[in-house]
Amino acid sequence: MEANEQVVTGEQLLNSKSTKRIKIKTLTKSTIVIRITMFFLVLLTIIAFFNFDYKELDIGEAMLATFANMKAMFLEPHFKHFTFTHALHQVFVTLGLAFLTTLFGAIIAVFLGLLAAENLTSKRVSAVIKGAVAFIRAVPTVLWVLIFAVAAGLGSVAAVIGMTFHSVSYLVKAYSESFEELDKGVIEALQASGANFWQIIFQAVIPSSLTYMISWTFLRFEINFAVAIAMGAAAGAGGIGFDMFMASNFYLDIREIGTITFFILAVAILLEVFATKFKKKLKVNG
Amino acid sequence: MQADFFAKKRRNSLGFLLILGAITFGAIVITEYNLVKGFESLPRAVTWALGNFYPTQESLSRLPGILNSLLETLLVSIAATTVGASFALFFAVMGSNTTRVNAFFGSISRGIATVFRNIDVAAWAMILLFSFGQSSLTGYFALFFGSFGFLTRAFVETIDEASGGSVEALRATGASYFSIIFQSVIPSSVPQMISWVLFMIETNIRSATLIGLLTGSGIGFTFNLYYKSLNYDIASLVVITIIVAILFIESISNYVRRVIL
Repeated sequence: MEANEQVVTGEQLLNSKSTKRIKIKTLTKSTIVIRITMFFLVLLTIIAFFNFDYKELDIGEAMLATFANMKAMFLEPHFKHFTFTHALHQVFVTLGLAFLTTLFGAIIAVFLGLLAAENLTSKRVSAVIKGAVAFIRAVPTVLWVLIFAVAAGLGSVAAVIGMTFHSVSYLVKAYSESFEELDKGVIEALQASGANFWQIIFQAVIPSSLTYMISWTFLRFEINFAVAIAMGAAAGAGGIGFDMFMASNFYLDIREIGTITFFILAVAILLEVFATKFKKKLKVNG
Repeated sequence: MQADFFAKKRRNSLGFLLILGAITFGAIVITEYNLVKGFESLPRAVTWALGNFYPTQESLSRLPGILNSLLETLLVSIAATTVGASFALFFAVMGSNTTRVNAFFGSISRGIATVFRNIDVAAWAMILLFSFGQSSLTGYFALFFGSFGFLTRAFVETIDEASGGSVEALRATGASYFSIIFQSVIPSSVPQMISWVLFMIETNIRSATLIGLLTGSGIGFTFNLYYKSLNYDIASLVVITIIVAILFIESISNYVRRVIL
C-alpha cells in the first residue's frame, strides 16, 4: 500500500512540475518590511521631484554651468584674496576648533558614558541619559551653535560649545556601548575583592575599552573637522570655512573655492590615512 | 621587571597627557578661544533660552509655513539619499574586492567615491550655489554628492562582509557575473544596505538644515529668517518641528532596522 501511495504522489509531482514553479524565496516579515520601505522611499523620491522649488531654472544649462565651474575650480585654482600661509593658518584654526570640540566632548562623554552604561549604573539612569543624548542629537549642530551665539556672540566660543553638544551625544553612545561589552564577571570579581566604584572604572572598565574609545574619538575628530568647516561658513566661527563662505557668497570667485577645496581635501585625506595607520598600530599593541 | 612596567606605563601616560596639553594650548591660542568666556556663556545661554527661546501663542500662526518648508527639506533629503544610494550601489559593486570587474575599475570607482566623500556637503552647497542659485536643486545635489560618497564606502564594506564565500561558491558552479550579483550579492546585503540608507536619511535631514542656511532654501532658511530678525519665539518653533521630525524618522528607521536585521 505504502509503495503505491508513493508512486501516486511521484506522478502528481511530475505532472505539476511544468505548471508550478518551485518557490525559492519565502515571504517573511523582514522581506515584507524591506519591500514596503523600498516602495515608500521610491514613492517619496518621485513626489519630491515633482515638488521641487525649481525657480524657473533650466536644469540642463545649470548642469553644464556646473561642469564648467568645476573644471575652472579644480584645474585653475588661484589665490586672490589670501595667501598660501594665510590659508594654512586658517586650516590650523579649523583643526584647532575640531580638536577643542573633540577634547571637551570626550571628557564630558566619558563621565556621561559611564552613567549611561547599563552594567555600571541602574537601568533608569541609563535610560534618562540615553534619552537626553537622543534629544541633543535631534537638533542640528548649526542650530546649537546659533543658539549659543546669542549668549556668547558669534565666534570660536559659540562654535566650540555648540559643536561640543553633538560630539558629546555621539561619543556617549559609542563609549557606553563599549563599556557595556565588558564581561560581567570582571566587575563582580573586583566588587568581591572590595574595590570601590572608581577603582573598578579606572582599573577595569576604561583600560579594557581604551582601544575602542581612542578609535571612536579619532573618528569624531575627523567628523568635527568637516563640521568645523561648515560652522565657519554658517556661523562665522572663523577658519577655512569662513574663507570659503566669503569666496562663494561675496567675491563669487570659483577658482579660489577650488584652492580652498584642495586644502580641505588634503587635510581630510591625511587624517584618514593617519587614522588607518593609527588603528593598525593600536590593534598590534592591544 | 614589575616596577619597570609600571614606571614605563606611568611615563607613557604622562607623555601622552603632556602632548595633549601642548596641542590644547596651541589650539586655544590659534582659535582665540576664551576659556573663561566659554564657561561663563553656558549658564547665560541657559537663562536666555529659558527666558526667550520658546514658542508663544502668536508664533503658532506661522506653523503652516514652517511645516511646508520642513516637508520640502524632508523630501529633498529622502530623494537625494535614494538616488545617491542607487548610484552608490553600482559604484560599490564595481569597487568591492569580491565583485569588481578588474582592479583598474575597482580603484577608479573607489577613488571617485573618496573625493566625493571628503568634500563636505556644506562645501558642495557653496560650489553648486553658483549655477543652481537659491533653488531646492542646490541642496539636492549637495546632499546627493555627499550621500553618494558615504554610501559607496558603506556599501563596499557591506558587500565585502556579506558575500565573500558565496561569490566564490557560485563562481565555482559556473554562474555568470550578473547572476552572481543579482542572485547572491545584492539579496544578501540588502538589509544592511537599507539600514545604511535610513541612517543617511537621518544625517541628511540635519545637513539639509545647514545647507538651507547657506543657500537660502528649506527649513534652514526659515530658521535663519526668524533668527536674524530676532523673532526667537518663531525660531524656537522651527527648532521644535525639526526635533519632532528627526525623532519621528529615527523611530521609524529603528523599527525597520529591528525587523530586518
